Amino acid sequence: MAQHRSKHLLPGFGLSMGISLFYLTLIILLPLAAMLLKVAGMGFPEFWRIVSSNRALAAYRVTFSSAFIATIINGVVGLLLAWVLTRYRFPGRRILDALVDLPFALPTAVAGLVLVTLFADTGWYGQFLEPNGIKVNYTQLGIIAAMTFTSIPFVVRAVQPVLEEVDVDFESVATTLGASRWQVFTRIIWPTILPAFIGGCVLSFARSLGEFGAVVFIAGNLPGLTEIVSLLIFIRLEEYNYEGAAALAFVLLVVAFLTLIATNLLAAWQVRYVERQT
Amino acid sequence: MSLSAQRSIGANVLIGLSFVFVALALVVPLALIFSFALREGLGAYFDAILKPDTLHAIFLTVITAVIVVPINMVVGAALAWLVTRFKFRGQQLLVAIIELPAAVSPIVAGIVYLFLYGNQGLLGPLLQSIGLQIMFTPLAIVLVSLFVTAPYVARELVPLMRQQGTDDEEAALSLGANGWQMFLRVTLPNIRWGLVYGAVLTNARVMGEFGAVSVVSGSIRGQTNTLPLQINLLFNDFNIAGSFAAASTLALIAVITLVLKSMLESWERR
Amino acid sequence: MNKLLLSAVAALALASGPVLAQPTDILNASYDIARELFEAENAAYAATGATVTINQSHAGSSAQARAVLEGLQADVVTFNQVTDVQKLVEGGYVSEDWTSDFPNNAAPFYSFPSFLVRSGNPKAIKDWGDLAAEGVQVIFPNPKTSGNGRYTYLAARAWATEAYAGDEAKIEEFLTKLFANVPVFETGGRAATTAFTERQLGDVLVTFEAETLAVVKQLGADKYEAVVPSVSFLSEFPVAVVDKVVDARGSRDLAKAYLDFLFTPEGQEVAAANFHRPQDATVAAAHAATFPEIRLVTVEDAFGGWDKVAADHFADGGLLDKVFVNQ
Repeated sequence: MAQHRSKHLLPGFGLSMGISLFYLTLIILLPLAAMLLKVAGMGFPEFWRIVSSNRALAAYRVTFSSAFIATIINGVVGLLLAWVLTRYRFPGRRILDALVDLPFALPTAVAGLVLVTLFADTGWYGQFLEPNGIKVNYTQLGIIAAMTFTSIPFVVRAVQPVLEEVDVDFESVATTLGASRWQVFTRIIWPTILPAFIGGCVLSFARSLGEFGAVVFIAGNLPGLTEIVSLLIFIRLEEYNYEGAAALAFVLLVVAFLTLIATNLLAAWQVRYVERQT
Repeated sequence: MSLSAQRSIGANVLIGLSFVFVALALVVPLALIFSFALREGLGAYFDAILKPDTLHAIFLTVITAVIVVPINMVVGAALAWLVTRFKFRGQQLLVAIIELPAAVSPIVAGIVYLFLYGNQGLLGPLLQSIGLQIMFTPLAIVLVSLFVTAPYVARELVPLMRQQGTDDEEAALSLGANGWQMFLRVTLPNIRWGLVYGAVLTNARVMGEFGAVSVVSGSIRGQTNTLPLQINLLFNDFNIAGSFAAASTLALIAVITLVLKSMLESWERR
Repeated sequence: MNKLLLSAVAALALASGPVLAQPTDILNASYDIARELFEAENAAYAATGATVTINQSHAGSSAQARAVLEGLQADVVTFNQVTDVQKLVEGGYVSEDWTSDFPNNAAPFYSFPSFLVRSGNPKAIKDWGDLAAEGVQVIFPNPKTSGNGRYTYLAARAWATEAYAGDEAKIEEFLTKLFANVPVFETGGRAATTAFTERQLGDVLVTFEAETLAVVKQLGADKYEAVVPSVSFLSEFPVAVVDKVVDARGSRDLAKAYLDFLFTPEGQEVAAANFHRPQDATVAAAHAATFPEIRLVTVEDAFGGWDKVAADHFADGGLLDKVFVNQ
């Protein structure tokens, strides 16, 4: 490490490394190790039996499909909001911008409580939906609603800064050269924001996969139909079935880690991408 | 660019759509909380908030945030400094590890702590033998809160510090400043808004954490119930009004968070 | 700021550290539907002049046993099933002879699995057999996490044993159908109730009679009706002092005195007022109008005792797992 430090003028390598490693070890790595030991202790056949049981498979299916749909919704809406917020000046823009972050600031349990009340058959939304045969509460729609709500900001906040950087003059030149608005968007803007857009979607998807507080309020929690993986882990824990809880938690952990690697690769791609563009 | 002067019909449609979505998905839910909390009048509202168990939940939630936020500010700054100012082997791994808590389900966060500090966990028996109880105490709530918000400050600071580069700091050093002087006079003023911004987000998450805390808290009324747990408890007690009253305090904090955040952003731009 | 932080740390240390002085509070870890009961019991206990603060924690009875084993500092446990206390005995937290510490095998009150249906009883549910009928949705908590749920299993099995004259194949067929009729297994009794009342799931809720009567009282007789089956299973609610915790904290006397109170006429009266059937004959007579006659079978009569139940039915791969297909 010494040769690295000597390359730098700046002080504080030892101190910041010390604090970081100490903290990471104590707060993150040690607890994770405790779980990995639990998983390692159970042997592969047992692990496989748990993570491939019918109920677990159904929980993955519910969780992943709901997160996928929520991400598509947030991708479309996020793109719209990012576009409107960066491209137009209009009264109320600042408020709109600030409100986008509400799901980050509002506790998920509160979000769940509110959604379940909104969509109740006598609720503000439910009274219009239920007569038309649309039942949100305690169905997969409810899970999708909760996941969508809690991850609204991701795509907006990922795309917004990149969209601000896209050179408007460049666009107007293209327009004067006879390019249609649609061509400008598909040829110039879309390629530029694509990495950021995908990055935002990945984060949104990851957050939806792990969402618990909001979902348990509104999901019916019916095994096989509206039971998400996080809830199944919680039930296994309450059942005193620690192997079951640890194995499923391990699956979520691996998915989270893969997501992070994907986001980091995307970030690297984005940097190269932007460099190539300019 | 005269974007606002002559907006096309299409632009107006897009703006309108945005307002409709934000109103339906965000404003109405927020309004519902306060509407339900105040439905039975201000008197009933304050009665619900001032019940000892709810008051204690507010107290515990605030204390937890008061402990967790400063710790994660210091650690976040150290991490950002380390990652943006030096190159070393394992850097990518370090970044991935620090990001992990935000990407994983909060239930998993709770479970890993149970497996570590529970009486049947890795360290539990050892701690028990020296009379230290961590699980189901406020300390466990603080620890899982540190875990789930570990990345928040660093996440704000890393892009900011990378973008700012090291020129200012190197200049300060060459003018004879020592490390701490450089940090306090140059680095800190440069990153202060990012730091506060990260702290605001950390605070919001700590106060609202539900899944991880519910695993490690033991839900002792008036002792280890945080506000989100109290909301759930009141809901299960058939006390819907009380549950919304408790929720409204958190919603109020959320609104304050948004206002603060929006102010910070405009200061940052100046 | 520093001062604030310091006092915060001090408050935390106070709340989490071992208390060396004579404690003034004890923690009662209890089952899910006993929230209102113990709120009332604690108030009545304070009215007798007791100055101790009783803290409450409620969740599924078995989940609470697990929490105590993991370190929840409960001085006393008031569970709803003997098997859950037995887990604490196995873990060395409660002494072997805990049933002799208090009268009546340390069970101050009892109840039994009973039915709650929606107003008018649209599916005409009268007895256990009706629960397995096609098209009937039944709600009761997860037998793996809740004593309440396990009592339901035992009561249904006891009824079936009589109805099918002990034909094990028919008994299992009935139980399998019954379990298949359950759309969701909540982890605690109260969560099952809210699933039935707030979320409007199911045609019938099977839970303790105490909960069915409390719901009718609290949410209205115009919305719900309590239905008592022909036979049910005696559910005695055991209490115990957690030796390991009270010895460490020096709170044994406080814990013992509190549990003693539950057996006094005052404590029994509060239980009866909260729909838990009292053991005290005088108090029971005074509340006879609230509690209809019911034939209850005991664990000894029907299953040969709790140890045998734990080994034959609740162990991994036991008889419960055979019919609990939904896991």
